[in-house]
Parts: sequence; C-alpha cells; structure tokens
Amino acid sequence: MKSLFWILLTCVCFNTSFAKDAAPLADDPVIEQRLISISEEMRCLVCQNESLAGSRSELANDLRREIRTLIQEGKSDDQIRSFMVERYGDFVLYRPPVKPITWLLWIGPFVILIIGIAILLGYLRRRNQGIPSTTLSAADNQKIDALLNQDKRDGLND
Amino acid sequence: MKAKFLIPLLLFIILVVFLAIGLNRDPHEVPSPLINKPAPAFDIAQLEQPNKNFSPASMKGQVWILNVWASWCVACREEHPVLVELANSQIAPVIGLDYKDKREQALAMLATQGNPYTLSAFDANGRVGIDYGVYGVPETYIIDKAGIIRFKHIGPINSQLLNQKIYPLVSELKKS
Repeated sequence: MKSLFWILLTCVCFNTSFAKDAAPLADDPVIEQRLISISEEMRCLVCQNESLAGSRSELANDLRREIRTLIQEGKSDDQIRSFMVERYGDFVLYRPPVKPITWLLWIGPFVILIIGIAILLGYLRRRNQGIPSTTLSAADNQKIDALLNQDKRDGLND
Repeated sequence: MKAKFLIPLLLFIILVVFLAIGLNRDPHEVPSPLINKPAPAFDIAQLEQPNKNFSPASMKGQVWILNVWASWCVACREEHPVLVELANSQIAPVIGLDYKDKREQALAMLATQGNPYTLSAFDANGRVGIDYGVYGVPETYIIDKAGIIRFKHIGPINSQLLNQKIYPLVSELKKS
C-alpha cells in the first residue's frame, strides 16, 4: 500500500513538472502580472470578441511578446498603451478615450436619460392638469357624511 | 396631434436605418491611425536576396505600394492575380512584405503564381507587421513621395478597387 502511495506521488510530481513546461510565460511573475493587467484592457484585432490577454491567435501572441519586451525596457503602462494605439487605433482599447469623436458615445446615454426624464415630467404635468380639480360644496359634504354614516350603521365599514 | 401614432413607426424606421448601415459595414475594417502618418521605418532582409536589405527610406521620392502577404494566407492567393495586374500596369513599384512566412514556401508561391513584386522584404517574426498595424493579411498601403501613408486597405484588393481607388490615387499622388 505504501509503495502504491509513492508511485502515485511520483506521478503527480512528474505531472506538475510537465505542466510547468506547458506554461511558457511565467519567467518573471511581476512582468506577467503587468502584461495581463495591460492586455486585459485591449481588444484582440483578429478575434474581436476576445481580449489580448485571452486570445490564442498568432497576432495576440506576438503582441503579448511585444508588450513583454516593452515592460522589460521599463516603459510605463501609458507608453505601452500609446504604442498600441499608434499602430491599431483607439479600437484596441476596450475603454475608448474621451475626445470629440467619442463624445456621443460617452455622453449619449446621459443625454437620452435626460430627454427621457423631461418627457416623463412633461407627461406627468399634463396628466395632472387634465384631471379637473373639484371643490366640494356644502351639499356634497352633507351627502358624503350621510352615506358614510349609513355604511357605519349597516356595519359595512368593517 | 393626429399623427401621434406615427411616432413609434418613425422611431422604428430610424432604428432600421441605423441597423442597416451597421450590418453592411465590415467590423474588421478598423480605421487605421497610420493614414497621413510617415510609413514606419524598418531595415530587414529581402526575400529573394537574403544578403540584401530593404528599407522604405530607399523609396523616398516616388509613390509606391506596399503589400503585406504570406504564402500561408489564402486570401493572398485570391488577391494575387490582381497584384500581377497592378504590377503590369507599371503605375508604381509594388513592394511585398512577406509576413511571418517560411522563405522556401514564399519563394515557391511566387514561382508558381507569378511575382508581382519589385522585391519583397522578409518579415519572419512579424515585427515590422506590428509597426504597420497589420492584423489581417493581405493589407495594402499606398505611400507617397514624402514617405507618408495615404491609403490602407485590409483584405484582398479586387479589380474594382484597383480602378476606382488605387489607380486614381496613385496618379494624383504622382502629380504632386
């Protein structure tokens, strides 16, 4: 039984060593961490629904290698971002920068919200005006009291 | 006020127009930030003559066309006859950028399909491609006399594009 345990343990150990072979990236965990945080914010241009961090396309591999080199050269995150934007345009960024061409994108939803609120307020005001406000005359009040009292007497108020 | 019931219909029509425009656009055609910017410099070995280098600087003073291609790229084969037509017109030199390719395979393709390129630069690891923002081979650039990129097309070019865009633009740039 004990030998079986050791055999299993050796297998597990060998397995993990194989697994390490399969991960080519983890040279420097700090660089990898920065690479991931930068590339998660970028679009892979070949497969546009994936981030640069998650894509397995050739180009994404090359670009990750490029970003890794830039990190090693001591470039800041902003410098790396502008390196990518210079080549592929704002489209690589998942968060588009605020500038005249993207104003509509950024403020559009709020403009629509404000228009919606304005329409709602206008509608509510018009609806309130449409309801005739009636002031009750003394005779009306007497009639109401009479009806309410009648209800009470009949025990219907319960 | 009678036409109030038309408002949803109008909104619907506007929505349909936007969707129709959106659906007819190719999502892979991303506006390139390189238009009207200097063509990125490089200096790499040529495909046919590995001991010689090519650099865009050597093309200063003439209008030229840069075509990014590879032997593994199916769309490039589709595009190839059009490039041969473009080269035969002799309107401008066509320089190839053989992107992430194997030299033997690239040479074999040119041998069997014809070689439209004045020469090809051999970008084995794709580093030059990154500088040119290449993400969908084939890509075609028109570069003016001052070395400024004036036009970029992603995907295979066809005769229509050749006649309607490339020829007129090259002729115009040559005049300036």
